[in-house]
Amino acid sequence: MKLLSRKASCNSHGQDSSYFAGWQEYEKNPYDEVKNPQGIIQMGLAENQLSFDLLESWLAQNPDAAGFKRNGESIFRELALFQDYHGLPAFKNALVEFMAEIRGNKVSFDSNNLVLTAGATSANETLMFCLANPGEAFLLPTPYYPGFDRDLKWRTEVEIVPIQCSSSNGFRITESALEEAYQQAQNRNLKVKGVLVTNPSNPLGISLSRHELNLLVSFIAAKGIHLISDEIYSGTVFNSPGFVSIMEVLMNKNYVNSPVRNRVHIVYSLSKDLGLPGFRVGAIYSNDKMVVESATKMSSFGLISSQTQYLLSEMLSDKKFTKNYVSENRKRVKQRHAMLIRGLKNAGIPCLESNAGLFCWVDMRHLLSSKTFEAEMELWKKIVYQVGLNISPGSSCHCIEPGWFRMCFANMSEQTLNLAIQRIKSFVNSISESNNISPNQQYSNKSSRRKSFSKWVFRLSFHDRETER
Amino acid sequence: MAIEIEKPTVGLSKVAVSDTHGEDSPYFAGWKAYDEDPYDELCNPSGVIQMGLAENQVSFDLLEQYLEKHSEATNWGNRTSGFRDNALFQDYHGLQTFRKAMACFMEQIRGGRAKFNPNRVVITAGATAANELLTFILADPGDALLIPTPYYPGFDRDLRWRTGVKIVPVHCDSSNNFEITPQALEAAYNEAESMNIKVRGVLITNPSNPLGATIKRSTLEEILEFVTSKNIHLVSDEIYSGSTFSGEEFVSVAEVLEAQNYKDSERVHIVYSLSKDLGLPGFRVGTIYSYNDKVVTTARRMSSFTLISSQTQQLLASMLLDETFTANYIKTNRERLKKRYQMIIDGLRNSGIECLKGNAGLFCWMNLSPLLEEPTKESELILWKSMLHEVKLNISPGSSCHCSDPGWFRVCFANMSEQTLQVALTRIHDFMDRRKAMKTSN
Repeated sequence: MKLLSRKASCNSHGQDSSYFAGWQEYEKNPYDEVKNPQGIIQMGLAENQLSFDLLESWLAQNPDAAGFKRNGESIFRELALFQDYHGLPAFKNALVEFMAEIRGNKVSFDSNNLVLTAGATSANETLMFCLANPGEAFLLPTPYYPGFDRDLKWRTEVEIVPIQCSSSNGFRITESALEEAYQQAQNRNLKVKGVLVTNPSNPLGISLSRHELNLLVSFIAAKGIHLISDEIYSGTVFNSPGFVSIMEVLMNKNYVNSPVRNRVHIVYSLSKDLGLPGFRVGAIYSNDKMVVESATKMSSFGLISSQTQYLLSEMLSDKKFTKNYVSENRKRVKQRHAMLIRGLKNAGIPCLESNAGLFCWVDMRHLLSSKTFEAEMELWKKIVYQVGLNISPGSSCHCIEPGWFRMCFANMSEQTLNLAIQRIKSFVNSISESNNISPNQQYSNKSSRRKSFSKWVFRLSFHDRETER
Repeated sequence: MAIEIEKPTVGLSKVAVSDTHGEDSPYFAGWKAYDEDPYDELCNPSGVIQMGLAENQVSFDLLEQYLEKHSEATNWGNRTSGFRDNALFQDYHGLQTFRKAMACFMEQIRGGRAKFNPNRVVITAGATAANELLTFILADPGDALLIPTPYYPGFDRDLRWRTGVKIVPVHCDSSNNFEITPQALEAAYNEAESMNIKVRGVLITNPSNPLGATIKRSTLEEILEFVTSKNIHLVSDEIYSGSTFSGEEFVSVAEVLEAQNYKDSERVHIVYSLSKDLGLPGFRVGTIYSYNDKVVTTARRMSSFTLISSQTQQLLASMLLDETFTANYIKTNRERLKKRYQMIIDGLRNSGIECLKGNAGLFCWMNLSPLLEEPTKESELILWKSMLHEVKLNISPGSSCHCSDPGWFRVCFANMSEQTLQVALTRIHDFMDRRKAMKTSN
């Protein structure tokens, strides 16, 4: 008899994908300014390392918070024993207020509708368990975060059906793409339970437009299904049009009394906005009492350490701190983003125009030897091994067009980012030298041909994708 | 605007609407009664005393003293990148120092009679998560785990709810002090077979909750033989291993494996936690220790859904690597638990109540079967209700632990002060006096 379960033996954990393979290469040969300057620079990890000094100075000024003390008195016992899955009330209150602050206080949240989980990874899986049965499906716009294949499908046995988005309209979600995805699910005999979007998007780095959000709400209203909005990057929106939360859209008079309000759920986390992925702080927000109740019980399998809940309740209750943090962090993300965009442009590499996130969605289609995913892999390998940058290939994010890559910019120092940019420039120069065309010329030639290519590319790449699967 | 006709909407999943979370059982009902009327020495001296919560509150002072002396355990020390590195650390392998600390602590608890390799330690947010995770790995939906009764009521949720796995009880009873026998194991296995259910493993809790007793070495050997002969797994939940009253009586399955040179060990997995031994349930610290490489790798990947806060890992790494601290803690904690146990056993005996002979845990297994009107579950629940509403003690009825002998109750003694325990014992004494008086007057 087979000794382990099907779940243990299958590979839905997704760890064989290129997303993780690049990571492995980096681990074998990691860049270090002093000890290993030829090593691989990690640009595949969407971490926020830009604002630690703000956190560190707060901690220095508020030593009680990490020392189990409240107003000088020890509350160690209280915290050590606190395992209530409803969560520390002071922390939940502080967290919902922080979430409201990030949304410019245009919406407010009720802490009774918030469920704490050990990270957004846990929150997303928990919502799947609550909303879908094994074999049912959720629709996700592509490209999407590779981790979803594991988080949403592995133990839940839920299926993901992609909502195909393409560069022809800046990867925006369209009504026809939604309908097509829904139809696809029907054809595969999959019952659709909902749509999951990431807003701002990972890997695109764009916040969803009001139009897209309205489309989504009409769509789920019409189909009678759920909508999950993973808003873990909401604090990294640095440019107009600014962040519009799905909750803001629901405030519209058409939806105020609609049952659709109860089918919209938000996922949040402090891993990106506050740069604290190690602390495992995630949350589910829902207006549906049953979802909150069920998710709360399920959170027993992934509670946040009370030690950490307390520290963060103190930090996030400090309104002066949070106000300053949110605005300063935004500035720094914006500056880093601009730096990478400029550097890539100088190398003749365009990016999707973005206003959020800790990464850029980079267009290297013109560097492909052919418009195929094989060529994308070829290019990716060159970039990892020869150029020494671990970036994430679009195929690992289920992008339907080959040649796009996600490059992170907030998980390293400025010097390291500069070095990465230099390496890319050299790489592009070496290609054009061998092709005998100047990089700028290459860029303008390609862009004028790109439009007529795009439809052709779309059809070609779709076929390739099918055979790859 | 025209009235919107709502199409039938998709509801929630079957898992969400099922009641396998088990929160409707008396185990939780008693908790509610306590929440509504909690005992307080000053403010509510006639309130319900919580004796249904297996918490360890007897050794906090030792932890507090440690923290006083070692601020670097919580303030990230003097390294400038201490906080940053810790905050960024989300590697599902867990902090190396933390894994080492857990392995060392587990060795110390077992008096060095078993060795633990830090590379086999998988971290999870509590034993609750560890048990569920193992179930996902070892069994498919519809399969079963065999669990000796009586068992911790939480297993019904932890092992079954989201996994779809079943529990088939291995019946143990008072005729032989609730010890697990090969016959009982065989009977449970056959019962599963007859229902066309595939058994994937046996899960034991050692020391046992709710019995408060360690499993004998010979029994462990028999269980190992059984699982090997059926080619199934053995999960040994040893979360109370540090709460034995003497150092010598606890035998871990790890020791049995070491003694047989780790033959057949790839089917054995140990669950541990700091919630009971260290009294830190709020910190969510659990581990899986597996002798099976594939299980370790898979469990590690799955632990992404339930990692321990790196802030907490750091604190505990520091604390548990301090062998002076841990040696003293283990010894002192044991002594205090033993003292509490003695207090409650004596107090109950003075009231004419006997308990199962225990040697570990935060509770005793009390025998009130002589008080039952009839030897039935219904009678037990009636008695339980009068304990709750009349005597104002929340204790756990054996039926909530799936005990096949009615009339047994789990009574916790380590989650309150000595004074409160005394109050509880007095209440029981008076209750028993009243019953005697009623009987004689009849």
